[in-house]
Amino acid sequence: MLNETVFLVPTSYFVILSAVLFSIGVAGVLLRRNAILIFMSVELMLNAANLAFVAFARSLLDQGGQVFVFFVMTVAAAEVAIGLALIVAIFRSKRSTDIDELNSMEG
Amino acid sequence: MDGLFSIVPLIILAPFTGVLINVFFGRKLMPRRDSVAPGVIASSMAGFSFLIAVLMFFALLANPAGAEVPVLTWINVGDGDFTLHIPWTLKVDTLSSVMMLVVTGVGTLIHIYAIGYMHGDIDEKAASRGLEGEEALDFKRRRYARFFAFFNLFLGSMLVLVTANNYLMMFVGWELVGLCSYLLIGFWFDSPEKNEAGQIIGVLNSSAGRKAFVVNRVGDFGMLLAIMLIFWSFGTLEFDDVFARAECMIEAPQAECLTLSAAELAPQGEGEAAAEEHGEGEARALTTPIALGPFAPTLGVVVTAITLLLLLGATGKSAQIPLFVWLPDAMAGPTPVSALIHAATMVTAGIYMITRSNVLYAMAPVSGMVVAVIGGATAFVAASIAVAQFDIKRVLAYSTISQLGFMIAAVGLGGYIAGIFHLATHAFFKALLFLGSGSVIHGMEHGHHHAHGQGEHHDAPHGEDERPFDPQDMRQMGGLRKHMPVTTWVYIIGALALAGIPPLAGFWSKDEILLDASLNSTLVYILLTVAAFFTAFYMGRQVFMVFYGSERTEAARHAQESPPVMTIPLIVLAGLSVVGGLINLPVGGLHPLGRWLEESVANAHIASFNILVATISTVLALVAIGLSYLLYGRKPLEEGEADPLYSTGPVFTFLNRKWYWDELYAAIFVRPYNRLGDFLANAVDWQFWHDFVHDRIIADAFQGWAAILSRPIDLGIVDGAVNGVAQLVESTSRSLRRVQTGYVRNYALAVLMGVVAILAYLAIRFLV
Repeated sequence: MLNETVFLVPTSYFVILSAVLFSIGVAGVLLRRNAILIFMSVELMLNAANLAFVAFARSLLDQGGQVFVFFVMTVAAAEVAIGLALIVAIFRSKRSTDIDELNSMEG
Repeated sequence: MDGLFSIVPLIILAPFTGVLINVFFGRKLMPRRDSVAPGVIASSMAGFSFLIAVLMFFALLANPAGAEVPVLTWINVGDGDFTLHIPWTLKVDTLSSVMMLVVTGVGTLIHIYAIGYMHGDIDEKAASRGLEGEEALDFKRRRYARFFAFFNLFLGSMLVLVTANNYLMMFVGWELVGLCSYLLIGFWFDSPEKNEAGQIIGVLNSSAGRKAFVVNRVGDFGMLLAIMLIFWSFGTLEFDDVFARAECMIEAPQAECLTLSAAELAPQGEGEAAAEEHGEGEARALTTPIALGPFAPTLGVVVTAITLLLLLGATGKSAQIPLFVWLPDAMAGPTPVSALIHAATMVTAGIYMITRSNVLYAMAPVSGMVVAVIGGATAFVAASIAVAQFDIKRVLAYSTISQLGFMIAAVGLGGYIAGIFHLATHAFFKALLFLGSGSVIHGMEHGHHHAHGQGEHHDAPHGEDERPFDPQDMRQMGGLRKHMPVTTWVYIIGALALAGIPPLAGFWSKDEILLDASLNSTLVYILLTVAAFFTAFYMGRQVFMVFYGSERTEAARHAQESPPVMTIPLIVLAGLSVVGGLINLPVGGLHPLGRWLEESVANAHIASFNILVATISTVLALVAIGLSYLLYGRKPLEEGEADPLYSTGPVFTFLNRKWYWDELYAAIFVRPYNRLGDFLANAVDWQFWHDFVHDRIIADAFQGWAAILSRPIDLGIVDGAVNGVAQLVESTSRSLRRVQTGYVRNYALAVLMGVVAILAYLAIRFLV
């Protein structure tokens, strides 16, 4: 269905977007203190990776990348389930989600 | 009759069986305090041995040559030229038969006597230790059984000695009797002799035993050297072979004689005897060289050395100068021990040994002379000491030494028959005198207890007792004739026999010795005659002091006659002392003992009776007894009166102090030895070895090395390495610990930086 008439966005755009999203995610993880925000940043990084997968899958005409995205989304969903449960539990005991206060395992 | 010889091992077996019974069951055999079973067993074993000895006597009557009965092979080593073959073979001949009869006969009587005596003695010792009831009974069981075990052991050992057919077995018996002597002298090893003030008087029994043992070691050392020299020179130790080879070597070279044995020689016996007759008188030069390692001395030198070394052994065992000092102290043992071992049997072993070796002594005239002079000198010295003693047993002890000197002098002069004859008669009357003195002591102790009542005499000493009670001190006796008639009469018989009054036993035997001496050596004859004079005097003194006059203490006033178990052996011995001279009566050329001993003693010669010698000795003895009557009998000592001999002043002190012989030995041997021992112990062992070598050198060096090993090496290097590793790990981890902040962001940053680094690396690789 797709032919030369279709406007093709170059793959490099997707990759740059993915890199930008990933960097935003990394910055979020490194700079934020709130656990939920860090969590969200991690999700952002996962989705940046998904974007890169999909982009390369299209570019290389390999369906494997798309398949892999499903796995990542599944894992991300599971991670959200577990992670949010943990954060709720931590909040209940500490009355805070500030990860700088969660340093009782410091060596 | 010859088959009868084969039962001779039983003579030794019986006493040893008695030992085993008394050792293992002796105590159980005494249910009550007055039980006598151990003594009866020991006495019946001794009696059985006597029976065997009598049977051997009859067997020898039929066949005077005797027999050698093998029991077992003890040592059998080597082959070819060098063999050492020591059988335990019992030699039954006329000489050993005389010894067997004396040892077992007198031994049996003394065993029987001891049944009664030891009861009293042990009760006395138990009382003096304050033992009562069950304790006293247990004490008595142990001591009574032990005494008879030792006594039987002695009898068996003495029979091992006299029945040996070689020098080594004789030495075994020699040592065994020495051991028994030690054990029995120290029988009361744990009781110091104390007076009522608690001070120790007299010799401690155990140190007396030790003294006897040590002094005897000196003699035994000579004996052992002699035995080794005999084996080295003659290649055998069996008596007959030694003598046969020694005589062979007079004519033939050593090598030809070394294979000779007496059994092969037997057919030539007649010829040899003829040669003996022929050779007598002319002194043969024994010049055959004897190979002894690098040396080759002549036969004469070797035999002289052997016989002198044997003499050293004899001076130890038979208490002669210079080794007699142990015998007086040995009187610390119970009186039956003094009678059996230190008067009648063991101390005669030296005379028996010299008689047994007569062939060797005949070949060494120098040694014979030395033996005779030593015997004569001992007889004289000991008799003079006996004059000035106050202890009833010590007088008899010195008398024994003196009489042994007579015997030694006799065998030294070649009068073997006279020596053995006197040995036998002396065994009778000296055993009698010792047992008699035991009876007196027994009576005195009884009287002491009686006089001082029961129980309170320990803490309430009697005012009239000037000196502490000593049952053996003759000054505290007197007048015992009234209280102890049997003992008195047998004692007087023994004393007269010892003094040499005809026709008692001692007269005949002593006279024969004096006759031999008068024929061979004027010096020895004079010494012996003076000794005989002293003998009669001190026996007279003793009899008058002990049995006559008035009682000088309460103990003597209450003395009691001993029971029949003690007096009957005394009466039997008194009978033997009267008729003992018959065994060698010189009248009409009879000499039964001489004819008997000629069978086994090659150099025996029968002396004829000389009326002059006999008259002189008898007159001297009577004069001496008369003198003792003048001093002690006519006007008996009263209570507290001093001995009339004190008037001789320093002479008496000199004799009373035993010629200062013990002091001399103390100065020459004992003190230097103690000083040497002290020096070795303190200076050499303690200061040098312990303080210097061990502490300074070994211990300090060890500690020094240990200090080096422990501080610099162990603490510095080994521990330093281990601790250094630990510190390194610790400091590293301390600095690394700061990385682990616990902030997830830090870790995430680290991950990021790692990723960046990897990407940078990859990018650089890609681009370059």
